[in-house]
Amino acid sequence: MPKTRIELPETIEHLSILNERGELDQTLEPAIPDALLLKLHRTMLLARRFDERLLSLQRQGRIGTFPPISGQEAAHLGAAAVLRPSDWVVPAFREMTADIWRGRSLESIIVYNNGFSEGGRVPAERNDLPISIPVGSQILHAVGIAWGMKYRGKDDVALAFFGDGATSQGDFHEALNFAGVFQVPAIFVCQNNQWAISIPRSKQTRSKTLAQKALAYGIPGIQVDGNDILAVYVAAKEAIERARAGGGAALIECVTYRMTVHTTADDPKRYRADAEVEEWRQKDPITRFHNYLVARGLLTPEAVTAEEEAIAAEIQAAVERAEEQMKGLGDPLLMFEHAYAEMPAYLKEQRADFIRFMAEAQEEEKHV
Amino acid sequence: MSKMTMVQALNLALRQEMEKDDNVIVLGEDVGVDGGVFRVTDGLIEAFGEQRVVDTPLAESAIVGMSIGMAVYGLKPVCEMQFDGFSYYTMHQIEAHASRLRWRSQGRYHVPMVLRAPYGGGVRALEHHSESREAFWAHIPGLKMVIPSGPRNARALLASAIRDPDPVIFYEPKAIYRAFREEVPEEEETFPIGRSVIAREGKDLTLIAYGAMMRPTLEAADELKRKHGVEADVIDLLTISPLDDSLLVASARKTGRVAVVHEAPRSFGPGAEVVARLVEKAFFHLEAPVARVTGYDVIIPLFSREKYYLPGVPRIIDAARKLLAA
Repeated sequence: MPKTRIELPETIEHLSILNERGELDQTLEPAIPDALLLKLHRTMLLARRFDERLLSLQRQGRIGTFPPISGQEAAHLGAAAVLRPSDWVVPAFREMTADIWRGRSLESIIVYNNGFSEGGRVPAERNDLPISIPVGSQILHAVGIAWGMKYRGKDDVALAFFGDGATSQGDFHEALNFAGVFQVPAIFVCQNNQWAISIPRSKQTRSKTLAQKALAYGIPGIQVDGNDILAVYVAAKEAIERARAGGGAALIECVTYRMTVHTTADDPKRYRADAEVEEWRQKDPITRFHNYLVARGLLTPEAVTAEEEAIAAEIQAAVERAEEQMKGLGDPLLMFEHAYAEMPAYLKEQRADFIRFMAEAQEEEKHV
Repeated sequence: MSKMTMVQALNLALRQEMEKDDNVIVLGEDVGVDGGVFRVTDGLIEAFGEQRVVDTPLAESAIVGMSIGMAVYGLKPVCEMQFDGFSYYTMHQIEAHASRLRWRSQGRYHVPMVLRAPYGGGVRALEHHSESREAFWAHIPGLKMVIPSGPRNARALLASAIRDPDPVIFYEPKAIYRAFREEVPEEEETFPIGRSVIAREGKDLTLIAYGAMMRPTLEAADELKRKHGVEADVIDLLTISPLDDSLLVASARKTGRVAVVHEAPRSFGPGAEVVARLVEKAFFHLEAPVARVTGYDVIIPLFSREKYYLPGVPRIIDAARKLLAA
């Protein structure tokens, strides 16, 4: 038999609707209601300003280490904005804009980042998993949730966030493979922010795009300008609607940029040039969206000023509420809670011994 | 009542739990059409269909990661690892997520899944098919680690594991999958996780074991009685974690002489925790140092030398006689 060729898609779609020069492709412009456009803008701005405030709180020692999100607001929100409350979000740890959009309170973010597990509690009305720190491991959970949705005949979707580094992990590949085999409504949204701490995207994989990895698993993959919220929204809407209709999983690669540190313990000057950061600053997702809304006559400089003031007040109130709340969260006995549905006997013994020790230590202190 | 092997008893537990609750989903490699390589899931796909008995691609981490997602969504996945030696791919999912989601979400989510895996030596198998690594799992807070020792308790414990709100690692002693039969009641039977049992009562010394080691331990107790007139208390742990030490401590206080038997390597094995509990709670009743009759701290040999590695009746008797002479 002669050598033959097996036909595969040879290209990957790249979607950009509103570029960094403010040029709009009107043929691709989505019909998003004005009120929703303004709400998206406000949420992005809130996330950015809150991120900046968290950074200053961290530098003042008022919260612990956290992973800033600045620069990735559109890549979070464009996808999250398409979801319904009954859909599930399976986050990594740098998708705060989506968390806020889904209803997570600002104070819970402060409380969590100041070392109190109480801040990680997901309220009953929100179908989202808590953050997941080990890179890529959470993607599989979205497949299991989506499997459950299909089994129960729901038209919901499970959306997993992860970064470019995660695409090197086995769990990423296993998740796409399982989602393809089982045809489940899992939406994989990659935040390709160019850097996995100090490792650039080019050293993460030899592949030209991350989106093309979907093709190996028989599911659609698309690359979008992740700093263009219109493009992210359109790509996510298409993938989510297809999944709701039984069309299975999809991978969306959002090309974006981590504007600041990996976490507040990181110093990017060790591995990347300021010029590169400056170049990406010109592509800022909020500036671009702002200009679009101004051009469409939906936003005025006065309205933005008023919005900035309202956001500053909202953040200030959240910081005050969080600091007030944390005064009441000192009880160390809570560390024994939530290990099991029912506390085992040996853990009760350890807890009792801890109570005895603390009481005796306190007693001794009185006599010193 | 009918006489069943452990494989048949486990199959009965799965079948009955699946009939009771359509949240129970069986998944894993070859569990469907093939009925599992040991046939534990035999016939389930015919009874419940491929929606509930899911043949997965070959990726252990994904089987468990997907099960975690299913469990937080409200299902009760029972996933099978073909051999415990292939389950270490899943260690990350279990340690990082299954054991922690209740805590991380502060009680909002929990992970009611069961990971079943055949473990242990004695079946003349290839490398990676004979280990006993229960200590890995038992060391993780938030997990439960269960090992039955016979058909009847295997069935009852698997039913309890499926109903348990927390993740359970369920190790099946493959050496006794078909080694003997027991009466297993047709009607539902469960057994509480986190409780050990007295398998035989005596006054002179205490033998503590679990899983496949229960048979040689009971045989050794017989021989001690027959040849030496010694009466041994024999305790079957059944749950490795959360470890129930109440019977162990009571028995050690009574006999003062204790040996713990397992096929896992000795250092940092479950026996070490048993010894620690006895030192903490029965120290002044002990007449001799607690003995450990265990696998050696080596990779379990291939099967030509396996019998020298695995504790058997002679080693248990040897330890018992030393304890009695002390």
